[in-house]
Amino acid sequence: MDFVASHLLTLILFTPTLAALVLLFLPKGEEKLIRWAALIASLIPLVLSIVLWVRFDPGAIGFQFQEQVAWYPAINSSYHLGIDGISLAMVLLTTLLTPLAILASFNITDRVKAYMILFLLLETGMLGVFVSLDLLLFFVFWEIGLVPMYFLINQWGGANRNYASMKFILYTMAGSLGLLLATQMIGVVAGTYDLPLLFERWTVIQVPLFGIPAGTVKAIAFWAFVIAFAIKVPIWPFHTWLPDAHTEAPTAGSMVLAGVLLKLGAYGFLRLVLPLYPVEAKYFAGALAFLATMAIIFGALGAYGQDDFKRLVAYSSINHMGFVVLGIAAAAWAVGTDNAVIALNGAVLQMFNHGLSAAGMFFLVGVIYDRTHTRDLNAYGGLFTLVPVYGGILIFTAMASMGLPGLNGFVSEFLVVRGTWPIFTLATALSMIGLFSTGAYVLKALKKILHGPLNERWVGHLPEINPREVLVIAPLMVLMLGIGIWPAWILDVINRAVSMWF
Amino acid sequence: MQFPLLSVIIFIPLVAGVLILFLPADRKTEVRVIALAASVVTLLLSIWAYISYNIDAGGYQFVERVEWLPSLGISYFVGVDGISLPLVLLAGIVVFCGVLVSWGIDDRPREFFAFMMFLATSVFGVFASLDLFALFFFFEIAVFPKYLMIVTWGSPKTREYGGMKLTLYLFIGSVIALVGALAMYFASGLHTFDMIALENAGFSMEFQRFWFPFVFFGFAVLGGIFPFHSWAPDGHVAAPTAISMLLAGVEMKVGAFAALRVAIMLLPEGARQWAWLILILATVNVVYGAFIALIQTDFKYVIGFSSVSHMGLVMLGFAAVAAAGQNARNGLIGAGMQMFSHGVMTALFFAIVGMVYDRTHTRDISRLGGLYRRMPWAAIGFIIGGLVSMGMPGFSGFVAEFPIFMGLWQAAPSYAIIAILGVIITAGYIFRVVGKVFFGELCPEYETLADITPLDKVAVGLLSLAMIALGILPNLMVPLVSSGVDRVLALLGGA
Amino acid sequence: MYSVDQAMTLAILPEICLLLLGLVVLVCDLVWREDARRNLGWLTAGGLLLTVILTILFARPGSEPVLMWGGMLRQDWLTFVFSIIFMTGAALTALFAMDSEALSRRGEFYLLLLASTLGMCLMAGAADLVMLFLAIEVTSIPLYVLAGFVIRDTKSTESGFKYLLFGATTSAVMLYGFSLLFGFTGSTGIYQISEVLKGGQVSLFSLVGVLMLVLVGFSFKTSIVPFHFWAPDVYEGAPTPVAGFLSTASKAAGFAVLMRFLLSVFPATGSYPNMETFWVALLAAVATATMLLGNTLAMVQRNSIKRLIAYSSIAQAGYILIGVVAASALGISGAIYYLIVYLLTNLAAFGVVTIVGRATGSDDLAAYAGLSRRAPALTIVLLVAFLSLGGIPPFGGFFAKVLVFSAAVDSNMVWLAFVGVINSIIALYYYLTVLKYAYLHRSEEESRPVVVSRPWAIALTICIIGIILLGTLIGPWYQWSVQAANALF
Repeated sequence: MDFVASHLLTLILFTPTLAALVLLFLPKGEEKLIRWAALIASLIPLVLSIVLWVRFDPGAIGFQFQEQVAWYPAINSSYHLGIDGISLAMVLLTTLLTPLAILASFNITDRVKAYMILFLLLETGMLGVFVSLDLLLFFVFWEIGLVPMYFLINQWGGANRNYASMKFILYTMAGSLGLLLATQMIGVVAGTYDLPLLFERWTVIQVPLFGIPAGTVKAIAFWAFVIAFAIKVPIWPFHTWLPDAHTEAPTAGSMVLAGVLLKLGAYGFLRLVLPLYPVEAKYFAGALAFLATMAIIFGALGAYGQDDFKRLVAYSSINHMGFVVLGIAAAAWAVGTDNAVIALNGAVLQMFNHGLSAAGMFFLVGVIYDRTHTRDLNAYGGLFTLVPVYGGILIFTAMASMGLPGLNGFVSEFLVVRGTWPIFTLATALSMIGLFSTGAYVLKALKKILHGPLNERWVGHLPEINPREVLVIAPLMVLMLGIGIWPAWILDVINRAVSMWF
Repeated sequence: MQFPLLSVIIFIPLVAGVLILFLPADRKTEVRVIALAASVVTLLLSIWAYISYNIDAGGYQFVERVEWLPSLGISYFVGVDGISLPLVLLAGIVVFCGVLVSWGIDDRPREFFAFMMFLATSVFGVFASLDLFALFFFFEIAVFPKYLMIVTWGSPKTREYGGMKLTLYLFIGSVIALVGALAMYFASGLHTFDMIALENAGFSMEFQRFWFPFVFFGFAVLGGIFPFHSWAPDGHVAAPTAISMLLAGVEMKVGAFAALRVAIMLLPEGARQWAWLILILATVNVVYGAFIALIQTDFKYVIGFSSVSHMGLVMLGFAAVAAAGQNARNGLIGAGMQMFSHGVMTALFFAIVGMVYDRTHTRDISRLGGLYRRMPWAAIGFIIGGLVSMGMPGFSGFVAEFPIFMGLWQAAPSYAIIAILGVIITAGYIFRVVGKVFFGELCPEYETLADITPLDKVAVGLLSLAMIALGILPNLMVPLVSSGVDRVLALLGGA
Repeated sequence: MYSVDQAMTLAILPEICLLLLGLVVLVCDLVWREDARRNLGWLTAGGLLLTVILTILFARPGSEPVLMWGGMLRQDWLTFVFSIIFMTGAALTALFAMDSEALSRRGEFYLLLLASTLGMCLMAGAADLVMLFLAIEVTSIPLYVLAGFVIRDTKSTESGFKYLLFGATTSAVMLYGFSLLFGFTGSTGIYQISEVLKGGQVSLFSLVGVLMLVLVGFSFKTSIVPFHFWAPDVYEGAPTPVAGFLSTASKAAGFAVLMRFLLSVFPATGSYPNMETFWVALLAAVATATMLLGNTLAMVQRNSIKRLIAYSSIAQAGYILIGVVAASALGISGAIYYLIVYLLTNLAAFGVVTIVGRATGSDDLAAYAGLSRRAPALTIVLLVAFLSLGGIPPFGGFFAKVLVFSAAVDSNMVWLAFVGVINSIIALYYYLTVLKYAYLHRSEEESRPVVVSRPWAIALTICIIGIILLGTLIGPWYQWSVQAANALF
């Protein structure tokens, strides 16, 4: 038991990989066995992360549950794990969404074994980024997450999957190259990859690299990081890979893609960019805020103009992540002030909330697509009468996405706006327009699908949402409501972490 | 007396080869079994050597020395250090897998396996040699097996051209290096070919500046350095599968290793003077090789050019260290790792290409497709190789390429940035090939293809395992390579 | 008057034994029946082997070279080593000739072989101009006859005649040179001449003239440019074992006298410091031309493998010449080592050509197609021989080339080493091409085995073992070469 307690993070991190290995040896034809094995295996990290949550001490300073083992000493990199409030929230999100996504994938029949194995490997990749306290390890897991996602889109995706998957991986890899170079530079200059050490040393380091002054080196590394993370988040204008990738991915893939992978980019900003480059971040915060605002507005407008339901949700992700970035920008500008803390709280909570709502929305898109085999909004109409339960769930989730007070989205968006208003007033004001458009596209979508005259086409051909699917969406809905009414349980943890660092 | 481990490793293939030649021509199974036995023994012995090397002690171990021609200072002098020992292991692995993959050769297997064994002896000999004459002796032994194997068992359309081109190019390079070596022998005044003694010979600056290019580029031709690389794609493609594996996987490392051991370690000042040229050419290797691989229509040519590109990374590591000494230490560690990692990876690639070709009888990418359904093991093996090729973390390619770039940052940052383009392009051509060959539509004529044989699976599995193990636990090899690197740096730093 | 003592007799032990052996062969030829005369080959080879053993045991030179028989002969290690080389070559040739119909049953063949060998031994030891000329003639005249031995074959007679004409002409020119040298120095003993020249009376111009004239003869014997043109035709036309003997032993004899003459008569010391520079430069140019010409012309030979080997032999002479040009002990020892290896290698090559020629009736390169399937062991022999010629380890040719190139580098003629190296590459091309024919190409004849009789098998095995030993267990042979070389300095 003691082993478990002292290696909690490693267990969470590698249980999915072990499970994938076990699945490798299961016979290919036993699909039901494989599905259930994968589901149960993915529940283990969830249970462990709840244990983690319970044992976490919000008031403590620094990273908790640390583990460190020498890994690649020749270049001063070690296997170093640890979490604080921010990463804890992300770990919880990941371990929650993965079983739900697997459950949502129960209706996949083509090469189930490979699918499940890839999914579990993906989970390890994502978790690894969140719990790494070594820069090289961070990079390793960052990259590891890309390949399973590529194959998931490429093999089980929609009609345009080849293009979408290739675009996805080339874009993100291009971004990671900058990350790689910057990581190498940091390693060379600072002599270590250990994040806590880097936090102490990096800001004061003045060692020139091969004749280039330290300031320039830092600037180059800063931009390399920013671009890599900006592609991932995605920040406008680096977002063009997202609509295609999200739309073409299989349902569960989109759930995880939007729900977790985008957060990797934002997490990168929080964990790496802001602490390591406070000066540069502050300098460019204004530009960042501008881009965030653009994302909010254009994301919303883009969503409004869509006829493809899934693409609409994809653009809404751009819109929502814009708020995250806005909060981060504010925090970069006004480090240490209360407003910054509030904005950052909002940003992190928005990361969690958007994870829930985006996953939920994509799932619901998948539900209707499975039945109608079309995502064209105009092909629907008046479906509420045919599938009232589904309709109700859809409205609920959409409202959370929109930011209706009482549901989780409102809390985080409010915090972001409240925090950034004093800092970037213009940007915030413009974001309100975006918020307005958000309402517009959500309501438009709902109207087209659920309300209006009933489309005769679907009469008798539209089964109601089934219990398995309800099971997938239910935890999300509970959380959405819970956070909306009583956010303190999570906000407290986040707040303490944010205050500690910033 | 100490067990002569290295001599046994070097000469068992030779003995096996001669034995095989004496068998009657129709005893095909016996031939294969003897070859397999020899390769298993050398593999096990090289693993044993690898494990029992004492990293703390460092330096050359398992040393054996027998006077050969004392009046000229020639001796049979062998030993391994941190850089050559992984290469010995690599050779052991690749020879073993090569024998497995060639099990089905039916046309004069006796000569085939005998020549392969001679090639193995040559390779082991070069890696272990500590005497300059012995190094050349073993180096040149490889010439005729290479030629004959490509010409006799290679792909019908191009084997004569490819084989002759490869052999002549490599012979040119090595004999030019030989002249340089002879010059070193006489200039040192020590009247010996003992390389350890020659390390301290103290050649003059002018001497080193003049002779370094001959010796380095003479050997680097075998390493595939631009612009002397064009033998590689033609030769590798023309060769039969197992020979492509040995050529690209091991022989190219022989060239790079000899360039390090003879040129850089014995003429360190020359290395420092000429590092700028190596940097430029190696960078061209990386980017140009990757780019050309991207536009190929022949499956095997993609791999051929990919080898050119990856060997460029090895030589970038060398150049970084030559230029910046201790500061770029990581560059050499990476180069040492990359030699092993790329050796295994390209052996895997060529093995799988061979397996695909044996079944489909075409290497045209546009005519292949969807093979994952019929040959899943091959597909997964290729994907693993591809991920290593891209430098994906979790695999040995990343563990190797990362330090190279770190070293390059210290030595020549702009080259690091240019070289990283190679990584992107590599991702491009890997995805392209994987997508077109293994995924996509399965042509109807391939519906009945058989999956790879159990022996093939062993080879694929072993090679993949090596790359994954090294990726997850770099400490399996990095401390060893580091100890060897320190010695090189001492030579570079001192002079 | 001088007394004939035991030492002097022992010094010419090889020659005496050869003479006796010749007589024995003559008698046996008269006495034995027609079909038993094939055994003359065994007799010759066995006798030669015995002679070699006796020479090694009893006729080993002392630590100091000695002039004997009135200054006609010099007993030193050079003589010793070369005599053994010639006798070995003759023995192997006798074995190869044993199953050639035209040659084997003729006692005259073996006799002429022995006579020529005797002449060669005298050539190696000659320390006097008259003796030298005599020895050269004793060597050459039997060779003329041997080349034209197969009277019924017009190619053979043509080659013999050609050889005679060229040989006689160049001999005459050389003799003229000898006579001038005698005139200038008043002595025919090579070493006395050397002493006289050191005095510095003779003009440089005259000396150069003499050198050129003498070189004509020597160049013919060693078939270097520009007196090489007889070789391809003669080798092609002559019976193959004879071609083998010509290309190896005869050439070696030529080199023996060349080395001795140049280094003794025209050393760098004394009043002609430029003399050595001159002949070194001249011969360096000649070596370059020889290698280039030999190799490039060999590349284009497709119809006759004998011509290919002929041109290859010309090129090989170029490599040996590099060793001579280096004019150092290392260079000469390299040249001698090379000659030892070359003897075994070329004999093996011609041996294979004899056998294949007999089996396929053709010397065309295309006749070698599918040889590896038809006669795998024979192809391995061909492989070993050609690779050794190409300078590939673990065969003797590699070490020999390393030696001569080292000598060039050591004597500050790095450019010559590079030339040699480049030529090795060109040579490798055509050697590999022949092997390619054997291994890659198919033919309908593949299932018919090639007959290899016992004497051939023995001879080839000796050659192959020798080539491999010369490439791996280098010690003893190198020791001999060094001692032979030191005899000239």
